[in-house]
Amino acid sequence: MTDSKYFTTTKKGEIFELKAELNSDKKEKKKEAVKKVIASMTVGKDVSALFPDVVNCMQTDNLELKKLVYLYLMNYAKSQPDMAIMAVNTFVKDCEDPNPLIRALAVRTMGCIRVDKITEYLCEPLRKCLKDEDPYVRKTAAVCVAKLHDINAQLVEDQGFLDTLKDLISDSNPMVVANAVAALSEIAESHPNSNLLDLNPQSINKLLTALNECTEWGQIFILDCLANYTPRDDRESQSICERVTPRLSHANSAVVLSAVKVLMKFMEMLPKDLDYYGTLLKKLAPPLVTLLSAEPELQYVALRNINLIVQKRPEILKHEMKVFFVKYNDPIYVKLEKLDIMIRLASQANIAQVLAELKEYATEVDVDFVRKAVRAIGRCAIKVEQSAERCVSTLLDLIQTKVNYVVQEAIVVIKDIFRKYPNKYESVIATLCENLDSLDEPEARAAMIWIVGEYAERIDNADELLESFLEGFHDESTQVQLQLLTAIVKLFLKKPTETQELVQQVLSLATQDSDNPDLRDRGYIYWRLLSTDPVAAKEVVLAEKPLISEETDLIEPTLLEELICHIGTLASVYHKPPSAFVEGSRGVMHKRLPARTGSGEGTECPDVGNAAGGSAPEAAPSIIPSQGDLLGDLLNLDLAPPTTTGPTPSTSGMQMGGMDLLGGGLESLVGTLGGDIGGSPAMGAGFGAAPAVMPASLNAPVGGGLGDLFDLGGGVGMPMGAYIPPKTVWLPAMKAKGLEISGTFARRAGVIQMELVLTNKAMSVMTDFAIQFNRNSFGLAPAGPLQVLTPLGPNQTIEVSLPLSTVGPVMKMDPLNNLQVAVKNNIDVFYFSCQYPISMLFVEDGKMERQVFLATWKDIPNDNESQFQIQDCHLNSEAASNKLQGSNIFTIAKRTVEGQDMLYMSIKLSNGIWVLAELKVQAGNPNYTVIELPASEIAAQINASEFKQQTDLNINCSEETVN
Amino acid sequence: MIGGLFIYNHKGEVLISRVYRDDIGRNAVDAFRVNVIHARQQVRSPVTNIARTSFFHVKRSNIWLAAVTKQNVNAAMVFEFLYKMCDVMTAYFGKISEENIKNNFVLIYELLDEILDFGYPQNSETGALKTFITQTGIKSQSKEEQSQITSQVTGQIGWRREGIKYRRNELFLDVLESVNLLMSPQGQVLSAHVSGRVVMKSYLSGMPECKFGMNDKIVIDKQGKGGEGATGQSIAIDDCTFHQCVRLSKFDAERSISFIPPDGECELMRYRTTKDIILPFRVIPLVREVGRTKLEVKVVIKSNFKPSLLAQKIEVRIPTPLNTSGVQVICMKGKAKYKASENAIVWKIKRMAGMKESQISAEIELLPTNDKKKWARPPISMNFEVPFAPSGLKVRYLKVFEPKLNYSDHDVIKWVRYIGRSGIYETRC
Repeated sequence: MTDSKYFTTTKKGEIFELKAELNSDKKEKKKEAVKKVIASMTVGKDVSALFPDVVNCMQTDNLELKKLVYLYLMNYAKSQPDMAIMAVNTFVKDCEDPNPLIRALAVRTMGCIRVDKITEYLCEPLRKCLKDEDPYVRKTAAVCVAKLHDINAQLVEDQGFLDTLKDLISDSNPMVVANAVAALSEIAESHPNSNLLDLNPQSINKLLTALNECTEWGQIFILDCLANYTPRDDRESQSICERVTPRLSHANSAVVLSAVKVLMKFMEMLPKDLDYYGTLLKKLAPPLVTLLSAEPELQYVALRNINLIVQKRPEILKHEMKVFFVKYNDPIYVKLEKLDIMIRLASQANIAQVLAELKEYATEVDVDFVRKAVRAIGRCAIKVEQSAERCVSTLLDLIQTKVNYVVQEAIVVIKDIFRKYPNKYESVIATLCENLDSLDEPEARAAMIWIVGEYAERIDNADELLESFLEGFHDESTQVQLQLLTAIVKLFLKKPTETQELVQQVLSLATQDSDNPDLRDRGYIYWRLLSTDPVAAKEVVLAEKPLISEETDLIEPTLLEELICHIGTLASVYHKPPSAFVEGSRGVMHKRLPARTGSGEGTECPDVGNAAGGSAPEAAPSIIPSQGDLLGDLLNLDLAPPTTTGPTPSTSGMQMGGMDLLGGGLESLVGTLGGDIGGSPAMGAGFGAAPAVMPASLNAPVGGGLGDLFDLGGGVGMPMGAYIPPKTVWLPAMKAKGLEISGTFARRAGVIQMELVLTNKAMSVMTDFAIQFNRNSFGLAPAGPLQVLTPLGPNQTIEVSLPLSTVGPVMKMDPLNNLQVAVKNNIDVFYFSCQYPISMLFVEDGKMERQVFLATWKDIPNDNESQFQIQDCHLNSEAASNKLQGSNIFTIAKRTVEGQDMLYMSIKLSNGIWVLAELKVQAGNPNYTVIELPASEIAAQINASEFKQQTDLNINCSEETVN
Repeated sequence: MIGGLFIYNHKGEVLISRVYRDDIGRNAVDAFRVNVIHARQQVRSPVTNIARTSFFHVKRSNIWLAAVTKQNVNAAMVFEFLYKMCDVMTAYFGKISEENIKNNFVLIYELLDEILDFGYPQNSETGALKTFITQTGIKSQSKEEQSQITSQVTGQIGWRREGIKYRRNELFLDVLESVNLLMSPQGQVLSAHVSGRVVMKSYLSGMPECKFGMNDKIVIDKQGKGGEGATGQSIAIDDCTFHQCVRLSKFDAERSISFIPPDGECELMRYRTTKDIILPFRVIPLVREVGRTKLEVKVVIKSNFKPSLLAQKIEVRIPTPLNTSGVQVICMKGKAKYKASENAIVWKIKRMAGMKESQISAEIELLPTNDKKKWARPPISMNFEVPFAPSGLKVRYLKVFEPKLNYSDHDVIKWVRYIGRSGIYETRC
C-alpha cells in the first residue's frame, strides 16, 4: 500500500466522505483521512471546510498524525481564526510535555500560526521554552522569537524576548547560538538603528568560538552576521581574518562564500604592506577555484560573485585564467558567466590563450553565447593593444564563415576597434563591404554605415554603397537613419563633386519626409551648416573623435563596494543592491566597506563601526532630504506652472561638496559608456549645440557670426557660443531606482536650456517623466514639459533639452546658484540639487550705453567692489573680449595705459541686475586683474569668486584670488 | 530566508508545497510553473526573479525542486540546502522520482518541518535525522533516548551518536578521482585538473579519534629531512575541502586532518590538483573533409600508465555532423557503433593494459545541405576507469584511537582502494 493514491481522489462529494472518515473511531482510518486532506491541500484544493474535523484529530499520541494536523493548521488557521483557537489548549499542553521533541514541535508550530489570539497564548510557553533545559527546545524557541516578531514586533519588545534572545548568544550549545544569531540578525534588519546585535570584541569572540563547533548552516548564519561587524582597527581585523580562514576549506560552498565575504570586507582595513595581507590574498584564490567544481547552480552563484571579486581585487585570480575556460557541456548560464570573467582577466600575458579559446567558442551552437564570444574578441582588442592585430584577423576569419549573426556581431565590434585605433586596420574594409547585403540587424547596419562614412575617401564605391541603403530609408530604424544621414554628409564633405545629388536626397528625406524629430533636427543642422559655411561644416562633421577606453561594463564603484558586502547573497547574483528587488524596509540599508584605519587611531573612532555597519544610512549627498511637505507638493506636480513652496533644506551647501565626491566615479563611467556607443552620439551632441547658435548669430547684433564662433572653438570642432560646463552626474542611478540623470546648463539663442541625459539602468521601462524646480534665487522654472516622448527602455539613454524661464517664484538660495529639482516617472519621484553657472543668466542685451556705464560706475559704493586675479591666461585682450562676448559679457570700452589694456565690461542678469567689471590685461603677462562692481546690493551676492569662476571658465585657465 | 519550498513533476504539477513565510502566497506556485517549467526557451539561469519574488531551482531527473523567497537571502546557502534536501530524500527512499515522492509525501513534509524552520536550515545530517524521523511514531522511546536524540541533533558532534558497537572494527577508504582534460587537436594540454574525493566507510566502535595522512607536499616537505625518501612522490594539492567532522582550525594551523567520523559512509574530503597529473589516455584525432559529402575520421588512443595495470570501461565518443547519412567504422579493438540518435560514433573497449595503443577509422557520408553554418565540431570525449590515482595521491596512514574503549590501532582492519575515472576528458578535433 502506498501513499500516492491520495493524490488521485477526484470524486465529487469527496469532502463529505473525508468528514465522515475524520470522525471515524478507528485510528488508522483517521490517519488515512488526514493524509488525504494534506494531499488535496498540496495540489491546491480548498479543504478549509474540514477545519473543525481535522483539529479534532489533534489530541493524539501519534506523532506522525499530530504533525500532519499541525501542517493543516499552519495553512488554514489564518482563514479560520475563531476555530483555530480551539487548538490553543493542545499547544499549551504540548509545551509542557516531558518529551523535548514534542515541546519543540508545539512551540515551532505555534509560531507559524498567524492569528492574534493564538500569539497571545504563545508568550508564556515561549518564555519557558527559551530557558528550557533541552538545547533542542531552546534552538527551536530562538527561531520562534523571529517568527513572533514577524507577526507582532511590538509584542516581542514588550515581552522582553529580545533580551532573552541576546542571552542565548552566550549559550553553551553551538546550535542554539547559531539560531539566536540568525533570529537576531533578521530582527535587526527591520530595526536599522536599534543596535540589537551589539557586536563588540567580546561577543565576536563568542561567535568565533561557536563557529568551530556548529553545523554548516549555523556557520553560515554566524559568518553572515560577522560580516556586518566593523573591527576597531587593523589588528582586530587581522585576528578575525585568521580565525575565519580555516572555513575556506569547508565542503559547503555557502560557508566558503560567506567566509570570503568576511575576508574581503575586513581586508579593506589591513595595510597593504602587511605580510599577512599578501598571505590572505594568496589564500583566497584556491577556494574560489574549487567552487567551480561544484554543481552547476552553485557554480553560477560562485561565478557571479567571482565577477565582483575580480573587479574589486583583480590580483587574486589573475593567474587562474584557465579554470574559466568553457567546457562543452557547461549549462549556458555558466558559459556566459565564465566568458565575462575571462575578458576581465585578459591581459598581455594570457591573451594568446584567451583568443584561441574565444575563436573556438565562436563556432558553438548557442546564438547568445557565440555573439558574446565575438564581442569578447573585440573587447580584448581594445583592452590589450598588443593583441589588436590578432583580434582583427580572428574577426576576419569569423566573417569568412558567413554565419549571419557572427558576421553582424563582428562588424559591430570592428567599428569599436576602428574607434580605438583609427587609421590602422582599414585594409579590412573591403572584406566588410562584401558582407553588406547579409546585414539585417540595425546595430550591424548602423556600424557598417558608420565605417563607410568614416572611411569614404578610401572606398571607391562608397556613394553606391550608401545609396543602396537610401532606397529603403523609411523602413530603417532610427539608429540606421541617423547614421546614414551623417555618413552621407561625411561623404559629401570628402567628395563634394560626385555626391551632391545624394546629399540633397538624404537631407530632404530626413527633414521633409520624416516625422522623427531627432532625425529632422539633425538634418536641418547639416543643411544649414552646409549652406552657411562648408568649411565650418567640415571642421564639425569630420572632427577628430575622442578615443574609446578599454573597460566598458565595469560596475560603478559605490555599487561594487556595496555588492562586495553582500557576497553570496541574491544581491551578488543579480548584481543589484537589495533595495532593487526586496520589498519594504528589509535589506534596504546600504552596506559599505570599512575604511582603512591605523591601529593607533583605532580606539578613537568608534563611529566607523556605526557607519559601516549600515546603521546610519547617511542621506545621499546630492539628494534633497525628502521632507514631508516638500514631497507632498512635488507629488502632485504635473507639468503645471511651478508653484513649489517647499522649505529650503539648510544642508544644500554641504550637499554640493558631497556630490563631487560621488560624481567623480560616475562621471568617468558615463564618459566611457558614451564613448563606446560609437561615432553617432558624440556627433549628435556636437550638433545639439549648433542649431540654437545659428539663429543667435542672425538675431543678436553682437554675435560674431558663425565663423567667429568656430574660431573661438579653437579647432576642437565644436561650435562654442557661451561657455557650457561639461555634464556632471546629478542623480546617480543607485539613488533613483535605476534612473541616472546627468546634465548641464547652457544659454542658447537667449534661452536658458537645461540639458539632461536620462539613462535607464533599471530593468524595467520608464515612462511618464515630469520635472519641477523648487523656488530658487533667480526664479528659474521649466518653460515647458519635459519632452520624453518614447518610454525609456532598460539601458537606454535619452538626451533632453528643457527650456527654462526666469519668471518663477524667487527665493534666495545658498549657494546662490543652487537649484533643487524633482523628477518624476512612473516609478517614483526623485530629488537632487545642482548648481548652474551664473553665466547662464547673462542676457543678450547686457551691453550698457557708454554714458550710462560711466555714471553707474561712479555711483556704485566702494564696498561692493571686489578684485581678483586670473592667472596663466594666454589670450590677448582682443581675443578675451571676443570670447567673453560669447557669454554675454560685453566690452563697453577699452583703453591702454602704460602697456596695460583696460577693458570695461558690463553684464546684465536675467532679473535686471547689472554687473560692471574692469579687466586689466598686461601684454606678455598672462595674469589678469579683474575689478568687479555689482550695481546693486543683491548683486553683491554674486561675489568676486563667483564672477571669477565664470570668467575663468570662459577663458579656460586656472586662477588665484588676490582678495 | 527561504519563504517556501515546492516540488513539481515534469508537467508542472505540485507534489509538495510547504510555505514558511507569510509573504509567499499560493500564486508563487503558479508563477514558477508558468515562467520556468512551461517556459518556451531553455532555462537561462537557475535563479529567476518573477514579480519581486526570487525562485531557486534544481532538477533531479524530471523532478523540479524550487525554493522561493522575497528577501536578499544567501543564494549559495539555498542551493546547498536544495542539494542536501535531495541527499536526505535519497537516503530515506532512494531515487527521487514522482512515484517515490508521492509515496512518501507525509515523510517529506515531516522532514521539511524538521530541517527548515522559518526558512532557516537546521541540522540535516541523515544519520541524526534517522534517529527520530522514522515514520513509526516515538512512543517507545525512553527518556534517556530522547535526550540523546536532542543532544545529537544540536550537539557538537551532530553526525555521530554514542554507544556504537562493532565486533569487528573495520574501515574502508576509497580514493576516487576524476581526471579532467581539455586538449587541443595538436595535443597541447589546454587545461587539466583532477578533482578527487576520499570516501570513508567506517564500522568502528565508540567515539574513535582518527588521523588521516597522505603524501601532501606541504606536510612531507615539513617533515622531510631527507630521511623518508618519499619526497619525490609528494603531490601539490591546490585546494581541499572537508566534511564537517574534520577540525578545520587544526588543519589550518598544522595541516593535520583529524576527526571523529560519522558511522557508515561519509565523504571525508574533496581536493583538487593541477600539477604533475598522469593523463591515463591520449587521444589523437585526425579529421579530413573529402569533398562536401564525405568525412574521414581517424582516432588513435594511447594508454599511458604501467603495463601491469588494466584500464576498464573505456568509451570513446566521436561526434558526427547532423547531416550524416551513413557511417563505416573499422576498429582494431573493442566494438564501435554509429548512434544516429546521439550524433556520435561510440567506440567501447572493455579492457586495455598500460602502454598500449589502439585505433579506429571511420568514413562518414554526409547529405548535401545548403545550411551555411559550418558544423561546430564538438570535441571527442572519453570515459574510462583506471586502478590508480591520476593525481599521484597516496594514503600514508589512517590512525584510529579510541580513548574509552581502548582498542588499539592495530586491531582495526583497514582497506584502501584507488579509482581514477574520467571526468570531462575531451580532445578537440
